[in-house]
Amino acid sequence: MIEAVGLTKRYGAKTAVYNLSFQVRPGVVTGFLGPNGSGKSTTMRMILGLDRPTAGHVTIGGHPFRQLPNAPRQVGALLDAKAVHGGRSARSHLLSLAQLAGIPAQRVDEVLGVVGLQDVAKRRSKGFSLGMGQRLGIAAALLGDPQVLLFDEPVNGLDPEGILWVRNLMKKLAAEGRTVFVSSHLMSEMALTADHLIVIGRGQLLADMSVTDFISANSADFARVRTPGTEPGQREKLTAALMEAGGQVMSEPDGAMRVTGLPLPRISDLAHDADVRLWELSPHQASLEEAYMRLTQGAVDYRSTDDRLAHLQPPQQPGHHGYGMPPQPVVQEVPQQGWYAPPPPGQNPYAGAPGQAPAPGPYASPAAPQPGTPQPSDTPKDAR
Amino acid sequence: MTAPAPHHAPAPHSYVSPIPVRRANLGDALASEWTKIRSVRSTLWTLGVMILLMLVIGLGVAAIAASSEAPMGDESALGFGFFGMLPASICVITLGVLTIASEYGTGMIRTTLTACPSRARVLTAKAIVFFLLVFTVTTVVAAIVGAGQVALVDTAASPSASDWLRATVGAGAYLAMLGLLSLALGTLIRHSAGAITVMIGLLLLPLVAALFMFSEALKSVQEWLFTYAIPSQMISLYAAQPPFGENGPSGWEPLLIMTGVAGVALAGAFALLNNRDV
Repeated sequence: MIEAVGLTKRYGAKTAVYNLSFQVRPGVVTGFLGPNGSGKSTTMRMILGLDRPTAGHVTIGGHPFRQLPNAPRQVGALLDAKAVHGGRSARSHLLSLAQLAGIPAQRVDEVLGVVGLQDVAKRRSKGFSLGMGQRLGIAAALLGDPQVLLFDEPVNGLDPEGILWVRNLMKKLAAEGRTVFVSSHLMSEMALTADHLIVIGRGQLLADMSVTDFISANSADFARVRTPGTEPGQREKLTAALMEAGGQVMSEPDGAMRVTGLPLPRISDLAHDADVRLWELSPHQASLEEAYMRLTQGAVDYRSTDDRLAHLQPPQQPGHHGYGMPPQPVVQEVPQQGWYAPPPPGQNPYAGAPGQAPAPGPYASPAAPQPGTPQPSDTPKDAR
Repeated sequence: MTAPAPHHAPAPHSYVSPIPVRRANLGDALASEWTKIRSVRSTLWTLGVMILLMLVIGLGVAAIAASSEAPMGDESALGFGFFGMLPASICVITLGVLTIASEYGTGMIRTTLTACPSRARVLTAKAIVFFLLVFTVTTVVAAIVGAGQVALVDTAASPSASDWLRATVGAGAYLAMLGLLSLALGTLIRHSAGAITVMIGLLLLPLVAALFMFSEALKSVQEWLFTYAIPSQMISLYAAQPPFGENGPSGWEPLLIMTGVAGVALAGAFALLNNRDV
């Protein structure tokens, strides 16, 4: 059991973690999610007593890490796969850690077998690939056979087989009654591994709930509608009809429309009444990745932009975009993966009763989301 | 996807490891540091180069002295050990700094301090293992070199028992203490190249600066530097009478001075390591 209360860490003027409180329970895999630079690693270091919190405290099993009676036998951690002396062989590295913790030396060969490094145990870790380094780091974490395990980005650099192995290892460790706390910036990975999620952005807590609650609270479903591209008038007509009926319409970059707030049959009826032909009418469900993206959108520190090469391009043809349409809100593009963020739900995603099944029909939600509204109300204000 | 655990479920049974739990102590940390120091090549390289320098230079100087017919007076041949000791000290400084700064450089320190949250125990173990290793190696090599020097230079006075002790155990302890000072500095600076540079500057610059203090006004500073610079202290170690200045150190006194300096630096390292974020 890891318990953080009001954890805050400032480095000079920069606040890395602000007023973070959470509990990590035994028996389940708890995912720790956040964009790059959101304070995940800082939090992990504070849990391990490597950094002192500016305010607040964090305990493991009721004790601060540095006061734990037998720390290496109670807590194992993979912080950084590269945090080994590259000139030392894998076995010597683990042996020195085992000796330091008073763990019998045969345990070293045991964990080398567990992570599959027994064949390269005598090789200097400098020559290890990123994946092998991760395995070595995981071996070090498992060395003390501890009750509490922390993994910072354990699947970085692993091949698919290795990712599957880590996923199953986490689940197995949790099933044995251990506390497993895994940080990642990959929602898709956590969706498969974790049971519970703690999401932070800019050092502040954004969500602390089970994975299923997270999905139901954050998913927003929509319909994709496409009218014949050859007849821009139809599209205009349908847009007007849909908006009149209470739907929200947004343009997608390929010319399709993203409609929320109306069930599929109703869209079809409206199109029929307006005498508009449809080329596409398809239901879409937001993935966990999208939910996560939307949640952390306002909290991304390092945002990539398109490399437009603008000054190198020949002047663009007029009338290339929009088919002469009136300007419509264009769906914001989410960085990194190229997913489109669904519109934010009308209510605070965390205020809603967790565990509740999503509303009857995917598009029947009466709460019409407002496109373009700022992110959920508890998006961190800049803590600096 | 796995089913989530109910939010307020009673805490499941906690895991109990079948491996017997034993409280780790300083002995475990010593074993660990010994494994660490012997499993990296930098130890082999620095100590190997150090042994080579002490042997080649120490015996080479003795051979040159033996071939010259100039009388040595009541000086013993053991004093030639200084010429090997000076370059050897650079190797010891490097090893001392690397013992801790390489952990900072690679990030290993975080792994180490996760496996043993007691900073004091880690640093103590490092200091003891490093000291014993350097002290043993340099003492043995100094004894071999000394025996060779005494055998080669037959024009010199034969050294007394206390001369022998200072030229072997004294020299070994002095170099090991200089190494501890480097280890403390490596802990404070946390950067290999930076700490080695500072230590080499500390070793050589005072003497170089003193060489060029021609002004009469700086006479006292020059004299103090000539007396207490590290190379001067090494020479004093071999001498029964103060070789520089009337009240300068001689005999075992340089070792006491270096022990004091290293002790203060180590105390600072302990305090900082304990309170600083890793």
